[in-house]
Amino acid sequence: MGDVLAARSQMAVSLGFHILFAVVGIAMPVLMIIAEARWRRTGDAMYLELAKRWAKGTAILFAVGAVSGTVLSFELGLLWPGFMRFAGAIIGMPFSLEGFAFFAEAIFLGVYLYGWQRISPRAHIVAGSLVAVSGAASALFVVIANAWMNTPAGFRLRNGAPVDVDPIAAMLTPAAFPEVLHMLLAAYAATGFAVAGIHAFMLLRDNRNAFHRRALGVALLVGVPAAIVQPISGDVSARYVAHWQPPKLAAMEGQFRTQSGAPLRIGGIPDVDAQRTRWAIEIPNGLSLLAFHDPHALVRGLDAVPRRDWPPVPVVHVAFQIMVGLGTYLALLGLWVAIDAGRRRDLAANRWLLRAVAIASPMGFVCIEAGWTVTEVGRQPWVIYGVMRTADSVTPMPGLIVPFLVISALYCFLGVVVVWLLYDLVMRSPITREGDGAMAPVAA
Amino acid sequence: MATAIAFVALVSLNAYVLLAGADFGGGVWDLLATGPRRAEQRALIAEAIGPIWEANHVWLILVVVLLFTCFPAVYSGLAIALHIPLTLMLIGIVLRGSAFAFRSYGSNEDAPQRRWGRVFAIASLLTPVLLGVCIGAIASGRVGEVLEQLNGGGAREPFVSMYVSPWLSPFTIAVGALALCVFAFLAATYLTVEAQEAELREDFRRRALAAAIAVFVTALLALVLARWHAPRMSAGLIASSWAPALHVLTGVAAILAIAALWIRKWRVARVAVAAQVTFIVWGWAAAQAPYLVPPTLSISNAAAPSRTLVLFLIALALGAIVLLPSITYLFRLFKSSRVHEPGAGRTK
Ligand code: HDD
Ligand code: HEM
Ligand code: HEM
Repeated sequence: MGDVLAARSQMAVSLGFHILFAVVGIAMPVLMIIAEARWRRTGDAMYLELAKRWAKGTAILFAVGAVSGTVLSFELGLLWPGFMRFAGAIIGMPFSLEGFAFFAEAIFLGVYLYGWQRISPRAHIVAGSLVAVSGAASALFVVIANAWMNTPAGFRLRNGAPVDVDPIAAMLTPAAFPEVLHMLLAAYAATGFAVAGIHAFMLLRDNRNAFHRRALGVALLVGVPAAIVQPISGDVSARYVAHWQPPKLAAMEGQFRTQSGAPLRIGGIPDVDAQRTRWAIEIPNGLSLLAFHDPHALVRGLDAVPRRDWPPVPVVHVAFQIMVGLGTYLALLGLWVAIDAGRRRDLAANRWLLRAVAIASPMGFVCIEAGWTVTEVGRQPWVIYGVMRTADSVTPMPGLIVPFLVISALYCFLGVVVVWLLYDLVMRSPITREGDGAMAPVAA
Repeated sequence: MATAIAFVALVSLNAYVLLAGADFGGGVWDLLATGPRRAEQRALIAEAIGPIWEANHVWLILVVVLLFTCFPAVYSGLAIALHIPLTLMLIGIVLRGSAFAFRSYGSNEDAPQRRWGRVFAIASLLTPVLLGVCIGAIASGRVGEVLEQLNGGGAREPFVSMYVSPWLSPFTIAVGALALCVFAFLAATYLTVEAQEAELREDFRRRALAAAIAVFVTALLALVLARWHAPRMSAGLIASSWAPALHVLTGVAAILAIAALWIRKWRVARVAVAAQVTFIVWGWAAAQAPYLVPPTLSISNAAAPSRTLVLFLIALALGAIVLLPSITYLFRLFKSSRVHEPGAGRTK
């Protein structure tokens, strides 16, 4: 493995790991404050128990999120000093603002987790809300930085160096709005369905469990609306990509030839040497329609750019298909839940629905990994689209395979531990039945 | 303006050392917990660190984003030359933080608790040493020399002389040991204030006094070694107009801290030890000013365009307005009124 590939792989592992925890850090506070608010309103102690248990799981995930994020903020330099030297002054701004958001988040998380007995109920809910808001703000700022890498702005090039740096313009790039919106919705959809899926699974085993019924309700309340609007937001993203990064769109769709009235391909494997995508279901004019809202629009294929500027087409195409496929499933499932809930049916009584939710548990997270693969791999060979190549930004230090393997091993180990701890936590959840008078949870 | 920002960086680093440093020091005392009150010592440390370590940790992130926004060349330069110790430090940070969380929130059974406690403690031991090593390497001027070579584009030296020997010398190791002792000293002194029972206090008083001696020894060692391995630093310590004054202040604060511990004035000792450590940090900065990475990158030649600096200062001011009261609130909540609810911290 060459040094650039090792560095890219290390970045991919670190980011792919961090995002899982970051997403939980964005959305879990919302679930917890909903549960806590319901407890305040109804006096139902089960909701309090729920908020506390979720808080316990979140604390573990949050700590791993914070340390893996710290790793990233160093890795940007450790692996890509050329990139940071160029971009630091331009996009340092959103990173700095993100730093302040982390501060707020860490402070109020401390207050929230350790303050149950120390502060008033109202102050406790406010602290929880501030955690939720600052979590969303961190995501906002860091994704803005990423958007700049896709649609760089706010500087001019002179002799290969940036001049006339305008950090504000660098924050307001065309990619910023679609990416941020899509990312935030993704966080709520993925976390909501992941949690709902776990509790649905427990309900399949013990249907009258009052604890899991309440948990399912709160989690779906967060996950369902986000999942339903996610395809719309995805369409906004796809149209910005079509306009600003044609090679990425072409790779997503396996579109090798420039053509008007391009078809939408579902599935299939791009064959780069033969320059065609095999075994795909083609919907005539579909791509032109979706990407430009005009069935005859011209879609630029990969042939519009030199071969050395192609991203790895099969990876991008397959990742995109996975995201859209699973995203469609989540959106349809969301509609089903919404309709059932609208008719005031008992969701937990519908075993088919529970099964459908249970298998959806990992899907949002898979979508997130796939979506980021599309964004990041689809940007290759550029680290700053059209401005700086990834290979030119890598550190001069040789032997990068070693840190890559070390970090990967560390994260594998942590991942296993986290899964095991959460499993333990879920399996010890209270077994109070619906209708039992006593609310004392049988818990460790 | 760049100078103002460099000051902010120093203040943040100082805050990180005072706050997160003590959290690391807590881990050291967790590892070294002995005697009949071993369990109580560990519980006190966990309780003291629990609510605040994540917030304390953000000071480091602030230093990092500040460097790469306002002094990008410094950030990327350090990342190249110190790749190996920084990566090792990151591993320490990851293991410390996650092991602490696993222990606090994971299963209550004894065996995993002890295992995570061990990981937490060992990671707390290694991370400060590596931080000290990195600072020592910068101060010694060796990092700057590597960067000059890289920029010069001349013949590449062998791997070891580029990426290992600049940070691996008796001097940097002495600075690493100094950092570790300083953190342990901070932690033990803070814990005398936090402890509720007299016996526990005495335990940490003894530990603080021992750490004070260790700080003295390692500091002396680092100063002596600096003559050979960091001649520039050594010269700076003598030549700079501020440095001697800071030295005297460090000494005064150290004596005050030890005296206060001796006569059991816990709060005075806490202030004095914080002052001592602050003076050490500022003394180092004064010795290498105006360089960030001597002898190459200075505050003026590494600064980002002024537009970026202005915006950063504005953001900083706004951030401070929101965050400083919040931090004060966090500390007031968990560090002042411990009396009525000992042990109520953990959401068990
Ligand atoms: C729960 C997660 C989730 C779901 C259900 C979807 N996505 Fe997505 N998608 C993401 C999570 C995600 C993401 C991981 O959050 C990305 C990566 C970068 C970004 O902004 O969002 C992303 C990126 C992303 C991009 C690339 C943007 C870029 O390169 O900057 C496009 C075009 C879409 N998505 C389109 C869709 C469509 C048409 C969906 C229809 C179902 C869809 N996404 C569902
Ligand atoms: C889209 C990608 C990302 C999102 C949505 C995101 C979001 C978050 C969130 C919500 C947190 C809070 C901690 C938690 O919830 O566990 C966090 C932590 C962190 N992230 Fe990320 N992040 C992303 C990528 C990055 C990148 C690329 C960096 C590197 C610069 C980074 C640096 C950090 C740091 C330093 C922390 C720790 C803050 C603390 O100590 O509390 N993140 N991130
Ligand atoms: C957290 C969600 C993210 C994931 C899962 C992710 C994933 C990836 C992947 C897979 C790569 C390797 C691409 C390749 O080499 O083929 C990569 C590269 C990179 N990403 Fe991201 N990314 C995320 C967010 C971000 C953000 C928010 C930033 C910065 C603001 C960022 C900055 C980078 C950089 C600098 C590289 C290396 C250069 C390159 O390969 O282009 N990423 N990321």
